[in-house]
Amino acid sequence: MFKHEWIETNIGLLAVLTMLAISIGGLVEIAPLFFLKDTVEKVDGVRPYTPLELRGRDIYQREGCYLCHSQMIRPFRDEALRYGHYSLAAESQYDHPFQWGSKRTGPDLARVGQKYSNEWMTQHLVSPRSVVPQSVMPNFPWLLTTPLDYSDIEERMRALRQTGVPYSLNQTEYNANVKKFGADTAKLLDISHARQNLIAQAEQGNYDGDRSNISEMDALVAYLQVLGTMVDFRKYDDDAFVKYR
Amino acid sequence: MTATEISSNEQYNFEIVKKFAFMAVVWGLIGMSIGVYIASELAWPFFNLDIPYITFGRLRPAHTSSVIFGFGGSALFATSYYIVQRTCQARLFGEGLATFTFWGWQAAIVLADISYMLGYTQAREYAEMEWPIDLLIEVTWVSYLIVFVGTIMKRKQPHIYVANWFFLSFILATALLHTFNNLAVPISLFSMKSYSLFAGTQDAMTQWWYGHNAVGFFLTAAFLGMMYYFVPKQAGRPIYSYRLSIVHFWALSFLYMWVGAHHLHWTALPDWTSTLAATFSIMLLLPSWGGMINGIMTLSGAWDKLRTDPIMRFMIVALSFYGMSTFEGPLMALKDVNALSHYTDWTVGHVHSGALGWVAMITFGSLYHMIPKLWNTRIWSEKLIGIHFWLATIGVLMYITAMWISGITQGLMWRAFDQYGNLQYSFVESVAAMHPLYAMRAFGGMFFLSGMVLMATNIMMTIRQGGRAAAIAPAVKLASAGV
Repeated sequence: MFKHEWIETNIGLLAVLTMLAISIGGLVEIAPLFFLKDTVEKVDGVRPYTPLELRGRDIYQREGCYLCHSQMIRPFRDEALRYGHYSLAAESQYDHPFQWGSKRTGPDLARVGQKYSNEWMTQHLVSPRSVVPQSVMPNFPWLLTTPLDYSDIEERMRALRQTGVPYSLNQTEYNANVKKFGADTAKLLDISHARQNLIAQAEQGNYDGDRSNISEMDALVAYLQVLGTMVDFRKYDDDAFVKYR
Repeated sequence: MTATEISSNEQYNFEIVKKFAFMAVVWGLIGMSIGVYIASELAWPFFNLDIPYITFGRLRPAHTSSVIFGFGGSALFATSYYIVQRTCQARLFGEGLATFTFWGWQAAIVLADISYMLGYTQAREYAEMEWPIDLLIEVTWVSYLIVFVGTIMKRKQPHIYVANWFFLSFILATALLHTFNNLAVPISLFSMKSYSLFAGTQDAMTQWWYGHNAVGFFLTAAFLGMMYYFVPKQAGRPIYSYRLSIVHFWALSFLYMWVGAHHLHWTALPDWTSTLAATFSIMLLLPSWGGMINGIMTLSGAWDKLRTDPIMRFMIVALSFYGMSTFEGPLMALKDVNALSHYTDWTVGHVHSGALGWVAMITFGSLYHMIPKLWNTRIWSEKLIGIHFWLATIGVLMYITAMWISGITQGLMWRAFDQYGNLQYSFVESVAAMHPLYAMRAFGGMFFLSGMVLMATNIMMTIRQGGRAAAIAPAVKLASAGV
């Protein structure tokens, strides 16, 4: 007959059985997410970030924005009214790491893109209480005065390419991107033109209202302005995504 | 008396235990001070001072890393090294390796805190350390495993004591979680920056599998190991039920790993995963309470100690908070409750009732028991322990009460509709409503921190007193031997 004494007098057995007990849960819940096709919806429009948006996203992480702002709208009536359509898995498929967050000390940002002007965004980041008096957000004045460092933009894109983000390094990959995202987007995902693309977008977008240089504010606002805008929900029925839930 | 104590100092490696115990107190002071500071930033945003390095977003990971890994981690290294030696009646395996775990671990937390303030982060909660620090932790952790298992292999007792099962489970689980959750591609070998290997849904699931089990194993299983040694020791009674300890050990180790996805209810994670996690969260109540019952019932027949012994009071209140937060947890893992509680301060309150009420309180009790023994002396002031107990208890209660009220208020305000079917409140109205509660939370934290300051004073004086006694001990010995 089995006796627990066998386990508690044998460190090898104790370690192996413990390892077994703690391994099963993760295997059952995580591994299938990489294989089940319904995990991420099939939807048009979601593309990797442009070089400028990517640097903006880096700054978003550096400042710890995810600690107070979620990027995951839940399928509730109040959230639909306040923030918009609930978030799809597909919308964060190129997010390394995910930034869904766990706390809303401030509002959700999953669809904040295009809801406020660049001027408002910049003003709000430099001095939140000048536009929202009751806000408890820190001021981020240095974003406006610090020039954006994009000296390693190619390295960043190459690292992301290794994780599976379709930034292109050669003609074959570029052609695949043209097919998948269209020629205009494919150009923005080309690593060899990253620097020109970044500068061009910053100059054209003029996100921080100062054309004389490219600041960290340019990048962060460019990122915020694209959040949640990639999928055109008018193209889909109301219940088009229900089966994925 | 001195003769046996001195020989136990030679028999066991207590030097390493002393170092870790001392650093646990230091990190407690640092981590909780940062906690009070960032709580004040939320109540009075002026405290961000427009200095990049100390804004809430950069200091918050420094707070969590300092308290969880600095304070909690150092306390666990100290107590596990102490317990494994005493219950195995064997000296710690691998002298140099054990010393390495000390320096490796301390360096990792110092580097982590500095790097967050400079803006280097993986931006995944509780796993913010960038890849070079992750590698240092990995090496340190494997060394820890070797030292711990090596010591058990040297044991003079045939049985491995129950506290050591929990420590083993915690060490193995942490190794597993740390390794898989930190898979990332650095942008170059000379840069701190990396990008997570996984994206979106898969990344979220991996992160919360890690995140919740950092709670489950780092902050629960390991502290149960601490409880299983120090509660019976302090009470002077054996563990209430051996059978219960077996059942709840295996159930806890198995079930915890399934529940992480309850942090992702109603998100883009598939429903089957979050439903599975909710189900296992409910089941987890049983082994959690198994541990609580086993701890509290150990005191049966010695309840009077609660009146006279402040260390015992710390331990029993810790177990009570453990019972309360492991009831609250499954409740919050229900999808309908979670729809209200998620994204609110209720979660923050829940974490702190576990972290302050359970983890910190059981650590205080254990350190007060262990430190005088390590330095071969008595505690400097018993009375100060009593005051610390009340400051800590009042602090936790203020903290979690504030967060319950603010969390539920936020949840209700966000989903309130007016008579025309429009949202009743703008978001910032909910922010404004939080102000008095955020202030109350900061004051609760100040109470808890001031208790920690008393503890640090008490411990320093105890160590000094122990040092003086050790200096005169040889003379006394010679004198009593009549030389």
